[in-house]
Amino acid sequence: MERRNRILIVEDSPTMRQLLVFALKRLRNTDITEAHDGMDGLRKVTADDYDLALVDINMPVMDGLKLISLIRDEESLKEMPIVVITTEGADEDRERALALGANEYLTKPIQANKVLQVARGLLKTEPASS
Amino acid sequence: MSNDVFDRADEVLGLFRRGAEFTRELLEQNKSLRERLASVESHQQDAAQDNGEWGKLRSQLLERIDGLECENHDAIERVAALEDENQQFANRYLEIEEENNSLANLYVASFQLHSTLDLSEVFRIVTEIVINLIGAEVFAVYVLDEKNGALEPVASEGAPLKDVPAVRLGQGLVGGSVAEGETAFADPENSNDWSRPLVSIPLRVDDRAIGAIAIFKLLSQKTKFTPLDHELFTLLAGHAATAIFAAQLFSQSERKLNTIQGFIDLLTK
Repeated sequence: MERRNRILIVEDSPTMRQLLVFALKRLRNTDITEAHDGMDGLRKVTADDYDLALVDINMPVMDGLKLISLIRDEESLKEMPIVVITTEGADEDRERALALGANEYLTKPIQANKVLQVARGLLKTEPASS
Repeated sequence: MSNDVFDRADEVLGLFRRGAEFTRELLEQNKSLRERLASVESHQQDAAQDNGEWGKLRSQLLERIDGLECENHDAIERVAALEDENQQFANRYLEIEEENNSLANLYVASFQLHSTLDLSEVFRIVTEIVINLIGAEVFAVYVLDEKNGALEPVASEGAPLKDVPAVRLGQGLVGGSVAEGETAFADPENSNDWSRPLVSIPLRVDDRAIGAIAIFKLLSQKTKFTPLDHELFTLLAGHAATAIFAAQLFSQSERKLNTIQGFIDLLTK
């Protein structure tokens, strides 16, 4: 059976979600799921297997840092790569996110090709097109 | 006496015989030398002939070497040309990637702006675009109140809306940019002065002024505006204005429709 990558985008801004989907659609054989806040993200990440999660920090209901901490507490999700996307560019914010278990840290405004490059690096393998 | 004569005659004959034999040997040696001389001359001639062949072969080989050197030179030139072409393709690829990024941002901004007729939703989308796609930390969105000619702040980020002052049309950087319909830039340094934004983007539909977006401070990781930002300013100037104008008209028509519906309900009851 054909192997497909699964990516979860957790972002409250529809504009950013659409831009991220637009960027990640260039990955071959990849399914993208959207979540509109941290709680929605937690529900989706625990319900299905994902190869990568992109998480915004400032979100309603549950922020991104709390979500990352909960994801890393879950044994089965410890290895899932997480990319943080945020407006906060300060070093301490970056260090805090990485200390919680994020693998990469992208600051806004983001570039579609930068997102794509980071996603490719963390997915390791991009399934060949059928 | 006669014996002496015969003895002498034998001696002389013997002498002649040895002389004849010596002469024969000399003749044989002479013949042998002639044959060797002829052989040497023949070898010399052959050698002279081979030397010509070698010279010809040498000449052919030199020509071939020249030819190969030319081919090698052409190959090196072709490799250099291919490397140059490859570099051009790589540069073009980067340009296309940049263009793709720009188009993705512009497409998303345009799509989002025209996705609703709810005025507050339009302001929220404009705010999202300015934060997420331009990277502004402090900014305000103004809408022109045509009755009093003032640009009233309707949305802000990085500062409470009540702190953002209204601006008279034609006054200051923001009012001036809206009156003239031109994007205006001020100090490159971030400023908290409400009258001196980094940039003021007038929002217009044709010649009709709708409002403005003024950016006062960029996110700390963003040091300057990029070419994409300028494209987004142009897009916002037209599309955000159209979206706001359409939402305003829709809101007015909804209100009028409700009023008319109220009258109809009153008359038909």
